[in-house]
Amino acid sequence: MRHGVARFVTGFLALPVGLYLFYVVWPFLQAAGYSLTDWGGYSDRQQFVGLDNYLRLFSDELIRKAFWHNVFFLITVPLFTIALALFLAFLLNVGGREDKAGIRGVFGSGLYKVIFFFPQVLSLVVIAVMWQQIYRADGQGLINGMLMKIGLVSEDDPITFMYDPEPFLGVPAVLWWLLLIAVWSGAGFYMVLFSAAMQSIPKDVYEAAILDGAGRFHTFFRITLPLLRDTVSVAWVYLGFIALDMYALVFVMTPSQGGPNHASEIFASVLNFTAFQKGQFGYACAMGVALAIFTILLAALQLRITRRERIEY
Amino acid sequence: MSTVTHTPGGLAGPDQTPPPGRTPAQRAAVGGGRAGARFFNGFSHLFLAVWAIMVVYPLLWVVMSALKTDSEVIRKPLSLIPEQLQWGNFARAWTEGHIGSFFLNTILVLTGSVFLTMLLGSMAAYVLARYEFPGNRLIYYMFLSGLTLPIYLAAVPLFKGVYNTGVVLPFLGPNSHVMLILVYVAWSLSFTVFFMHSFFRTLPNAIAEAGMVDGASHSRLFFSVMLPMAKPGLISIGIFNVLGQWNQWYLPTLLMQSVAGEPKNQVISQGLIELSVNQGYRSDWSGLFAGVTMAMLPVLIVYIVFQRQVQSGLTAGVSK
Repeated sequence: MRHGVARFVTGFLALPVGLYLFYVVWPFLQAAGYSLTDWGGYSDRQQFVGLDNYLRLFSDELIRKAFWHNVFFLITVPLFTIALALFLAFLLNVGGREDKAGIRGVFGSGLYKVIFFFPQVLSLVVIAVMWQQIYRADGQGLINGMLMKIGLVSEDDPITFMYDPEPFLGVPAVLWWLLLIAVWSGAGFYMVLFSAAMQSIPKDVYEAAILDGAGRFHTFFRITLPLLRDTVSVAWVYLGFIALDMYALVFVMTPSQGGPNHASEIFASVLNFTAFQKGQFGYACAMGVALAIFTILLAALQLRITRRERIEY
Repeated sequence: MSTVTHTPGGLAGPDQTPPPGRTPAQRAAVGGGRAGARFFNGFSHLFLAVWAIMVVYPLLWVVMSALKTDSEVIRKPLSLIPEQLQWGNFARAWTEGHIGSFFLNTILVLTGSVFLTMLLGSMAAYVLARYEFPGNRLIYYMFLSGLTLPIYLAAVPLFKGVYNTGVVLPFLGPNSHVMLILVYVAWSLSFTVFFMHSFFRTLPNAIAEAGMVDGASHSRLFFSVMLPMAKPGLISIGIFNVLGQWNQWYLPTLLMQSVAGEPKNQVISQGLIELSVNQGYRSDWSGLFAGVTMAMLPVLIVYIVFQRQVQSGLTAGVSK
């Protein structure tokens, strides 16, 4: 019998663990190893250089730029997405008329939810190619075309979107335009998530509040929002990962994948450029390891901050 | 995990038993009165409608532009009603833009990869969740660690590894469907195992024991008793994997570059990137829009049909 169990366990684990080791774990370990060498990627010549690559990271102007751009997305993507999603969920769930049963959701909230969720099922590449056309820097683009029609933008001086490295509030304009896409595509999903969480709050909590004379704003800020804390913090962690993963948009949309003039460079784009264009695999691996350490620290930090007693109804 | 009972002050007192029904005065206090409520209701609708238009309008614009002629795209970029429906754009994107073969490639790869991900993922998760053996935790955490590590870190060695394997076994080399399936499976296992692990944990022991008493083998118990019981979880993670792998673009861009002369085995995301570059050179805008439409509509239609499952499937993926 014992023997049977061992054979069963091994049999079930062999294939998944094997695949995972070969295609995921082994590359990660190799990357850590290569990061200590000056390997170019195309030759067999590689020399152990110790921590030189890591030291180089600190003096690399491009990396510093990319790092701050990552931090920008890390703060703004979750912040704006969650704020908008909460606001939409709030309108959806308490914007309706009130009657004996309390305050209702708005009429047609089901339809709104279906529509708001659309961007979530589209791939990032579809979204990127679509927005490329929306953001075209001439009258053929959706936004420029509209603004020209109502006369807000002149034909000779269109908004340049992806080609605009000029800083706005200290951050290149191109990054703000990318942020808008991220918020556009994420808000609906998190609205559905928050909406579901709101609906799982038992009705009697609200009834009690209403009987006490609390209005819908009070109810929302004093009861709903605190009870949503768990969901919001989970959303924050996930959006943090998405923010680190803005590469698809940068790759498809920006000139020379990180331009113009490196204004939209992020960690991933510098890494790919260093590895596959400049042929410095060793150095690129060091960037990867640094990014991984950064991600793990961040995840640990977020889990620490957001950990709290769970509320069960 | 502790249970916190939520009792705001003043609600629990028995002396404050509220009267049935509300007086008009109280009603007015709620939500700032009737006029306030009506105004707020109107505002809600307005804002929600504006956002809905902001989501739908670009999509509609893409679909409608796909039905215009090129000159019409340039002349009247904003109009949503084509002068004459140009179905030929779709045919052109399908054949000349190779969207057709990219499409078939994607479906071919996904059929294999989603099936294998689900099978291998639940097998591993089941064993890890319900059997005690040395190394159990280690393997579980190994799978879990893949959730936090960025894929870009592995890019260079993964490319190199696949390239080297291809020298010995061509069907596992770059630009091969089998290779892509296996890579997709490997990279999807982390989340699948993590998700299904928590699912198998919650299944009752009694049924498993009853099965064992009846003489079912371990693997029979899994396939005919436990797996069917985990169906809700399988549906959630299945939807998650289908969408995730359909939308995958980084792994194929890295591993599926075809050298001149080799068959084009690329998937749809790559096809779109290629189309957006090529049609830009040729200024075949309507063809580009047609390509985007074809990549977009099937997913949207499937979503609209199964919206309830998709929404709950994806949100369950996050809140686990």
